[in-house]
Amino acid sequence: MMDVIVLENIHKVFRLGGETVRALNGVSLTIHKGEYVAVMGASGSGKSTLMNVLGCLDQASMGGYRLEGLCVTAMNKHQLADVRNSKIGFVFQGFNLLPRTSALENVELPLLYSRHSSGVSHRDKARSALDKVGLSDRMDHHPNQLSGGQQQRVAIARALVNDPAIILADEPTGNLDSKTTLDILSVFKSLNDKGITLIMVTHEPDVASHAKRVITMRDGIIIDDRNVDQKDRVVAP
Amino acid sequence: MKWQKLIKVAFQSILKNRMRSLLTMLGIIIGVASVIALVGLGQGSQADIEKQVSSMGTNLLIIHQGSSFSGGVRGGTGTQASLSMEDVAALREKPLTIQYVSPVIRLNEQVIAGKKNWNTAIEGVSQSYLNIRNYRLSRGSFFTPRDIKAKAKVAVLGKTVVDELFPGQDPVGTRIRIRNVPFVVVGVLGSKGQTAMGSDQDDVILVPDTTAFYRLSDGKAIRAIMVSAVSEDLMTDAEADVRKVLRHAHKLPEGEEDDFHVRSQTELISVASKVTGTLTALLSAIAGVSLLVGGIGIMNIMLVSVTERTREIGIRMAIGARGGDILIQFLIEAVILSLIGGIFGIMAGVGIAFGIGKATGTSVVVSTWVILATVIFTASVGVFFGFYPAKKASALNPIEALRYE
Repeated sequence: MMDVIVLENIHKVFRLGGETVRALNGVSLTIHKGEYVAVMGASGSGKSTLMNVLGCLDQASMGGYRLEGLCVTAMNKHQLADVRNSKIGFVFQGFNLLPRTSALENVELPLLYSRHSSGVSHRDKARSALDKVGLSDRMDHHPNQLSGGQQQRVAIARALVNDPAIILADEPTGNLDSKTTLDILSVFKSLNDKGITLIMVTHEPDVASHAKRVITMRDGIIIDDRNVDQKDRVVAP
Repeated sequence: MKWQKLIKVAFQSILKNRMRSLLTMLGIIIGVASVIALVGLGQGSQADIEKQVSSMGTNLLIIHQGSSFSGGVRGGTGTQASLSMEDVAALREKPLTIQYVSPVIRLNEQVIAGKKNWNTAIEGVSQSYLNIRNYRLSRGSFFTPRDIKAKAKVAVLGKTVVDELFPGQDPVGTRIRIRNVPFVVVGVLGSKGQTAMGSDQDDVILVPDTTAFYRLSDGKAIRAIMVSAVSEDLMTDAEADVRKVLRHAHKLPEGEEDDFHVRSQTELISVASKVTGTLTALLSAIAGVSLLVGGIGIMNIMLVSVTERTREIGIRMAIGARGGDILIQFLIEAVILSLIGGIFGIMAGVGIAFGIGKATGTSVVVSTWVILATVIFTASVGVFFGFYPAKKASALNPIEALRYE
């Protein structure tokens, strides 16, 4: 099993006003390829900061981070942008699609900034990504013509389009009703079944139980890390 | 390939907010339109002047009596006139660079025809005058060498004189009186219109130079001699020859100034042209200021646009856009806004220039060089004023940008 993510003693310190905030206080973590991990914790536990560090949106103050073998901690802003583009797919709570832009063009967006080009056209890559999330029939729709669940699917397709190493989802079902939540979680499951590594941040235990491994954080450190048993999963009645 | 995409994205962004884009471009449109219209009319005026002056006669040298310093400052030799018919004869004889020589004897006289009278200028000229001055006859014939020799009392009338003395008639063959001397009209001049300085070139009567000199002018001196060079490139040589001949004829010793002065047609054109050119440049500079104001307008709107699209910038960065990508995106938008504004401005400016030109009878010259320079300048305005907002956008922190409401 290949190590996709290796975190070694990660610290992240913020200086806000005159105060020093230790958002991450010595986090070590290994995630293998094909895992489905949920990161849980209350507000202020550091889970968002961990997400930002994992997603290469922010850099640790101390410690090492290897993503698919690449040492990310030493990279500059340009290199981090490239890593985000090619190795990471983001899914946000608020979907974060470009308004007045078609679903297809939204999904194509990461390809615009891609620095490696394959022979396949951007259109085709985007179409096949939308296929994977079951939205081929709504490619020309704008976000305001799509339901919440559909918008999130477009966001997932966008995250997939560059064949990333990991999908990072930040409270992906936070804005969705319970039925749509299950829809999206089943999309995640089918993607994970195909071998995609998934890391999901959530504060809801119900949602976390759909993952295969749950990491719990508090005060900047990991306090629990266990595999989820199938029978522990909470499903709607 | 990527550039095509970026430009397409920029266009989409501009089209998404048509009204705002149009208002942003307004400053540039007005600025460019003003400059193009002013320059078009200015250059047209210059062309008009050049045409006017060249219609006065090509390869023309005008010799006036008195030195260029005359007019009271140098009254030493008194107001002794310096040009004479002997000078004319001398010029006719010698230089190879000179083609036609015509003395100008100009008098202002009352002319009577039947019951009508009119005060006009009488010019005594040689038979080569038509060639020198590029005049044509619309009726009748011009003086012959025999007329000149005989100091004949024949006259050729300008169109304005005909309109005053013989309205609606053909005056050829009729009699008029100049200074109580009877003349026969033998021809009518083709119309020349007004000079750029406003004088009516058709308000004139031509008589043979000998007639004017001996019969009308009490033997007073010739005011000017018109000389046409054989060709344009020999003008400088012709001018030198004229001075040589006249200095010899006037017996001027070495070192003493000319007691005449020679002016060429090119001098006249260059003076009039320069004045118009300076005026055009000045007005264009003022109009150019409004172009800069338009640039500030673009900077303003781009700043607002960046703030409004903070979230979008955050998304793009999260997905892998570098600072440079964001910078180029917004810069291209600013440049496209300027360029489109510039193109609209050019179209408006050309329209306005031709409109005004038609209304006032001025020519309009819109050179491709001016349009090209305007396009380049407009694009530069876009780059210059779009840079600050674009830089701001590229410097955003993605995490904070994503949180922006």
